[in-house]
Amino acid sequence: MRGYAGKFLEVDLSNENFKDVTFAEQILKQYIGGRGLAAKILWDRLGDRWETIDPLGPENLLLILTGPLTGFVPGARICISGKSPQCNGIVGSTISCEFPVELKCVGYDGLIITGKATKPSYIFITDSGAEIKDASRFWGKRGEETLKILIKEGREELETKNPKYGEWKEPSALYIGPGGENKSRMAHVSAKRSHAAGFGGYGSVMGSKNLKAISVKGIGPLPDVADMEKMDKLRNEVLESNFIMSTFRWWGMGGDVYDVGNLGSREPIRNWQEEWHDIRSLGINRIEERLYVKRYWGDFGCPTTCMRISMSKTGPFKGAITSGPLYEMQACVGVNLGIFTPEEICYMVALMDGLGLCGIQTGNILGFVGELYERGILTKTDLDGIEPTWGNVKAFADLAQKIAAREGIGDLLAEGTYRAALKIKEKKGVDVTQYAITYKGTAPGAHGPRSGTWMKDISYPCSVQPGDHCSSAAFPVNTETTEFNTMLADSGVFCLVNTPENVFEFIKAVTGWKITPAEWFGTMARRILHLQRAALFIGGPDVRWDPTVDDDNPPRFYDSLPSGPYAGSKLDKKAFQESKRQYYEAVGWDENGIPSVEELKHLGLEKVAKKIEQMGLYKNL
Amino acid sequence: MSWIGIDYAKCSGCRLCEIACSIKHEGKIWPEASRIRVFMLVPGLEIPHFCVQCHDHPCIESCPVNALSVNENTGAILVDRETCVACGDCIEACPGRIPHMHPIENYPLICDLCGGEPECVKICTKGHWNALFLIEKGETHQFRLYARKPKEVTKDIAIGLFGEKSEELI
Repeated sequence: MRGYAGKFLEVDLSNENFKDVTFAEQILKQYIGGRGLAAKILWDRLGDRWETIDPLGPENLLLILTGPLTGFVPGARICISGKSPQCNGIVGSTISCEFPVELKCVGYDGLIITGKATKPSYIFITDSGAEIKDASRFWGKRGEETLKILIKEGREELETKNPKYGEWKEPSALYIGPGGENKSRMAHVSAKRSHAAGFGGYGSVMGSKNLKAISVKGIGPLPDVADMEKMDKLRNEVLESNFIMSTFRWWGMGGDVYDVGNLGSREPIRNWQEEWHDIRSLGINRIEERLYVKRYWGDFGCPTTCMRISMSKTGPFKGAITSGPLYEMQACVGVNLGIFTPEEICYMVALMDGLGLCGIQTGNILGFVGELYERGILTKTDLDGIEPTWGNVKAFADLAQKIAAREGIGDLLAEGTYRAALKIKEKKGVDVTQYAITYKGTAPGAHGPRSGTWMKDISYPCSVQPGDHCSSAAFPVNTETTEFNTMLADSGVFCLVNTPENVFEFIKAVTGWKITPAEWFGTMARRILHLQRAALFIGGPDVRWDPTVDDDNPPRFYDSLPSGPYAGSKLDKKAFQESKRQYYEAVGWDENGIPSVEELKHLGLEKVAKKIEQMGLYKNL
Repeated sequence: MSWIGIDYAKCSGCRLCEIACSIKHEGKIWPEASRIRVFMLVPGLEIPHFCVQCHDHPCIESCPVNALSVNENTGAILVDRETCVACGDCIEACPGRIPHMHPIENYPLICDLCGGEPECVKICTKGHWNALFLIEKGETHQFRLYARKPKEVTKDIAIGLFGEKSEELI
């Protein structure tokens, strides 16, 4: 097989066992890698008892998978998956970094991690083998400290084992902060600085397994490809076109904090009470001028280098260092909390990095708490003496630290907005769920659907990755504008921003497989879609979703936007029901949104149909 | 004669230089077989590490079997794979420990300047990062000062970029 290292490493943390696992070429050809293969592995291993698997229990799997295109399509990424503690389905959560390249260079396409370590541990993989090592001495440490130790000790060990090699480059690591250790459902998996796989909440899955980090250093080449000359030609085409991009290259991922609000009217402001602003002082120009230390920062092979290195150079938050900050962070832990200055946003994002909390999820619940405080539903006493008024950086930062430590009110908030809202509702006797902006246990990215300038009514509700603004449902379904396209990048595994003009030709140059767009959109992507969709509705054990109720937008999005050029715009329930019906039909789901028996049989997924049947999802609706 | 200038503060860490170098020399993407390696001991502080052609050639001096020589046209250090015994003396003789062993073969990797037109510089220039660029190699001994270990360079660039805050980083 070309493009693949040819084997996966299975690590049983409970018994400290390692074994190599392989997949038949036919399986890899069908599911590619990353998100697609994760769905397949999870169904094969846990499918028959999915509803009983606690995402934060030892029986959950943690999958860390590359794909054949990883390292070849510019901008390497890796996909993290398992049963999600947010939506209780399957999310393919990808992260850019050198980790996937190191992993392939050491000879593995991915890791399948099972069980739970008896004490805080990390996995170290090198060309001389893999081992489980003690992480007790840095359990509890924040992100930057954790990585510092992993790099220092990793290099020392490599140097000791092979002193004649010369200078050893640093191993690449995936790690968690205190948020993941304490099993906040909002915890992300981190890499480098400010690189995070947020959606899905897999940082808490690592924490539940007592797994602080995975570190890897390989010295081999990337696997052989089918046609090196062709691959390199296609790779260079991506480089050429992305070198001259304006948005993602020149302004990077941070170029939107003024524009998405002002032009697009879809930016979360004070817990989505507004989505438009004209705060000219919070434009990318000011962020560049005040914060940037390094203008272009990127990952292995990337021509776009959309990240930046920023530092707060003045004021009370002087010395806070982060990347970007990219738009989603500026919005979620910035303007959504009424925070409108570059230095303060830089500090909040650096805090998320350190605590290992997903900025989208955490910014969402902090905004939710801010609104409940504003409305007098949650009081200073409820919040351990903290008063989260809009723009109060210190108060929101204190709450975030409590969440990461699961201390006081933080224990409740660490469950994420959806689960916390249900508990607050019960405790206070007020239906606070109307202020909760979530989709199936997950906070959405910072792009609201009301103005219709990007997200539409079905975008989030019908996606198999709830809340994921990069993987949303759209029409027409068989084109590159849909979730099927993201699924290809997530299975490939490569960066969506660097998607080659003709990705199918790229696949052929790397793997030798001739996959047509018709096969991908008509068969392969649909198979992955249905596996994710079915797992999402089987869910459990703590929550189950009902598609007739939960394939919907939060109530706020059916209320009018209060300000800006789109004032008065809102989602229309009737129109939404109709688009939803059409979408279900277009992707082979029945009128209740469940993958139909015929569709599943047609795709060879009879077992999935049987499971759905057993769970009563076909008849009780 | 040209020399590869380095502006560490501008290195994006894209590692396209490693890819270009390894494709040119090994015919595949092979970061550890690249003659230029980007170290990232602290994320955000990316340090391209490659031979700077010192005028006094401590590596050549150290070689017990005379496997190293200077290319007269480019000034690059060339490794004779047949003669080399992979003793590693050149690595230790280099003030920056710049050479490193080929991952699977028995000789050290040292930048050969691609015969005068280095691929790493081409891609860095094309992508307008300009962390690497060609300059004329004038009559000066200062080039040797750039032969430093990745950690030493990282510490200094950290001070340059982050000031006092750098102490916490490394």
